[in-house]
Amino acid sequence: MNWIDIGHIDDVPLRGARQVKTKVGCLAVFRTGETEVFAVSNLCPHKGGPLSEGIVHEQKVTCPLHNTIFDLNSGESLGVDEYRIDTYPVRVEDGRILLDRDAIAQRSAA
Amino acid sequence: MQKLVVIGAGMASGRLLEQIIAANPAAYDITLFNAEPRGNYNRIMLSPVLSGEKSYGEIVTHDDAWYAENRITCRFGEKVVSVDTDRKVVIGEKGEVPYDKLVFGTGSSAFIIPCPGHDLPGVVAFRDLEDTTAMTEAAGKPGARAVVIGGGLLGLEAAAALRLRGMEVTVLHISTHLMERQLDPAAGYLLKKDLEKRGITVMLEASTKEIVGNGRVEQVNLADGTELPCDIVCMAVGIRPSVKLAQDSGIACGRAIKVDAQMRTQTPDVYAVGECVEYNGALFGLVAPLYDQAKVLAKTLLDEEETFVMRELSTKLKVTGCDLFSSGDFAEGEGREDIVFRDPARGIYKRLVIENDRLIGAVMYGDTADGNWFFGLIKDATDISDIRETLIFGPSFQGGAQVDPLSAVAALPPEAEICGCNGVCKGNIIKAIEAGATDLGAIKATTKASASCGTCTGLVEQVLSVTLGDDFVLPAAQPVCGCCDLTHEDVRRLIKVQELKSQEAVWQELGWKTRNGCHVCRPAVNYYLLADWPLDYTDDPQSRFVNERNHANIQKDGTYSVMPRMWGGMTTPQELIAIAQAAEKYGATVKVTGGMRIDLLGIQKEDLPAIWYDLNQAGMVSGHAYTKGLRTVKTCVGKDWCRFGTQDSTGLGIKLEKKLWASWTPHKVKLGVSGCPRNCAEATCKDIGVICVDSGYQVSVAGAAGMDVRETERLVDVATEDEVIEWTTAFVQLYRENAKYLDRAYKWVAKVGLDWVKETLADDATRRALVERFDISQSVYQVDPWAERAQPAEAVKFHPLADLTKEAAE
Repeated sequence: MNWIDIGHIDDVPLRGARQVKTKVGCLAVFRTGETEVFAVSNLCPHKGGPLSEGIVHEQKVTCPLHNTIFDLNSGESLGVDEYRIDTYPVRVEDGRILLDRDAIAQRSAA
Repeated sequence: MQKLVVIGAGMASGRLLEQIIAANPAAYDITLFNAEPRGNYNRIMLSPVLSGEKSYGEIVTHDDAWYAENRITCRFGEKVVSVDTDRKVVIGEKGEVPYDKLVFGTGSSAFIIPCPGHDLPGVVAFRDLEDTTAMTEAAGKPGARAVVIGGGLLGLEAAAALRLRGMEVTVLHISTHLMERQLDPAAGYLLKKDLEKRGITVMLEASTKEIVGNGRVEQVNLADGTELPCDIVCMAVGIRPSVKLAQDSGIACGRAIKVDAQMRTQTPDVYAVGECVEYNGALFGLVAPLYDQAKVLAKTLLDEEETFVMRELSTKLKVTGCDLFSSGDFAEGEGREDIVFRDPARGIYKRLVIENDRLIGAVMYGDTADGNWFFGLIKDATDISDIRETLIFGPSFQGGAQVDPLSAVAALPPEAEICGCNGVCKGNIIKAIEAGATDLGAIKATTKASASCGTCTGLVEQVLSVTLGDDFVLPAAQPVCGCCDLTHEDVRRLIKVQELKSQEAVWQELGWKTRNGCHVCRPAVNYYLLADWPLDYTDDPQSRFVNERNHANIQKDGTYSVMPRMWGGMTTPQELIAIAQAAEKYGATVKVTGGMRIDLLGIQKEDLPAIWYDLNQAGMVSGHAYTKGLRTVKTCVGKDWCRFGTQDSTGLGIKLEKKLWASWTPHKVKLGVSGCPRNCAEATCKDIGVICVDSGYQVSVAGAAGMDVRETERLVDVATEDEVIEWTTAFVQLYRENAKYLDRAYKWVAKVGLDWVKETLADDATRRALVERFDISQSVYQVDPWAERAQPAEAVKFHPLADLTKEAAE
């Protein structure tokens, strides 16, 4: 993997998220615990809600527009309607959040 | 015989010497250096020495006789000056010692926060016997006070021990919960509660600014201005591997001395063991892996094959009565699932973390009996898919135990006030039940509990159920959400009765089934806490819907709308120019709203702080068009202009808006003030409407013009503006304190009855007390949220964390 440093863990509020811009759209980086982060695509497949603005609970996020809930592990929605968002490798090292450059590049190629 | 020199007589090197001598007493001619003027003792038992439960003699692991018997040359109290690895000699203060094999066991030293005053006498760490003795001496003075900086394992053991010695102890911890490395917030909450019960003051998110004193510690000052007078300060904020000697000797170090799985450094014939080593990037602080290392190094030095393997660890706190256990990975990792169990009645919290059908982490508080069983499942990576459903109940689960939905009410003490209106305690209700009142009607008749506003009905029924068991059939009630078994009304009442002042307290004491709620319950609980405890609870933006977090209304395309406040609908040319300029600058669509203000639509999130700044410069503040709070006070022009006007309706509207703005309410609140009964401000379909008449003012409440349309009902007629403001404020506060989250005023009034509202507000003392409590809340919350967030340090949070648009193109 080809890790790229995108910022400090404390720049993402606990139980909150920040956006990361890429050439092909926004990712949302979630912080669900002190050193627990997830990276997923920011757009809700339902009506394009910005997931980074949703309420974060356990390892899930609720879309701010129409309350679709996504599991950040699998990217799959919970509930009747089935949606999926892309998930990306992310990790925390010495307080820095690292994204996988290759995974983002693959997204742009796709 | 080969010469072995060991630098440092700590727990790891002590174990190493034991192992070598046990295997082959003739293997080495051993010299042991120690900077402390004594040999090996059990450092982790310093807490009982500090508390007085043990003496130093009891924790010595190797005494002089043992060293003599095993012919170990002890050079205690002598520092090693340097090591010459070319000549293979260790140079001590009193001379050189040649070696064939050299072991670094230099351990670690306490990290001391370099704040002003850290070097004053009376500031100690909690690492060695000297520190312990200094603290014991300070505790000898009657009424002595201690400040412990650091709420980790070591700091809390020190705090508990000093408390046992009779000191007044305050623990300062920088994080949001105690022992954040080993515990999650829920267990941290219970631990804090237990420590507070034994008289220890715990201050979280406390940042030490300086330690002051004239020649000796006298006081600790915090960054927030708090001053803590004290006789001793114990710093227990962490440890640092002691590696200076190794570094100076040219031995490869990272954060500590780098070793391989045989405990070899990168320099031939030089080894390291204990807290001073780094293996595979990891450092070591707990005793179990240190003993493992000592065992491996002993074999290596005896030319036997052995490999160091990192093991799963578990933590227990050595404080009597604080029963906690944690193991494995519960704070990091992906693809995991939680099982949470809480029993508020017994103060129990358990959380298991599962990944791929394996238990990978466990945190427990209050009942840790199954800790070792869970630890075993973690260590052995046992497949738990078959026992998953009942896993949390432990190995002795027989199939009966379930989470009791009545647990929170069962846990209440008899003096807990169930009915706030009539001051009826749980004990009174139980007495009435025992005297034969076995249904809700009988309870109402005999105790008046739930006979007024009725909000506590659910709790009274639960007391009936807890007391009567199967003889009482509990009516089905709609819980807040899937996270708990209680209704909104129950939760509100219990937050007040039990004085729950944090989210963690609510989750634990009310038996939440999830770690931190969901998008349904968390905004509600956040509101209840801030409404009931404005001075104690801090609003949590992460428990708010996007609009209230970003202080603007999100639109379907992800842009925002920005709406400045126009007090009572009045504006000026200067304000309109500023609004027009902002609209042009940020490309806004401009819309005049139904609430008498101007909406700027289509603003990008990144631009919000800048447009707020511009509007602030023109004297405007947030219109809160996005909150469950005061929206607008709609007015007509009143008697200054209108030929029918009876009073200054615009002026009164502005006064009401200035009083109520920026307060949080269960749902949005809209007001109207009309200057005469022609009612041009449409006041009679608002949450609160005021109609001016010749004789004064008619205040009416509980109107609606949304999904439901309802006319307001008269609350009171008064003669003066001041009385309008007092009654209106008191009504808003009564609504804030009692309504279910997301009930508009008309829905709440329908539930509690307008008569009850009238009766309550008609009492002068009650009404004034409500206004007073509203004012206290406003002292915290009546600030312009835009001005705060337009500051550069806050504004940056509205921008993306990173921009990888160039990166992705590579």
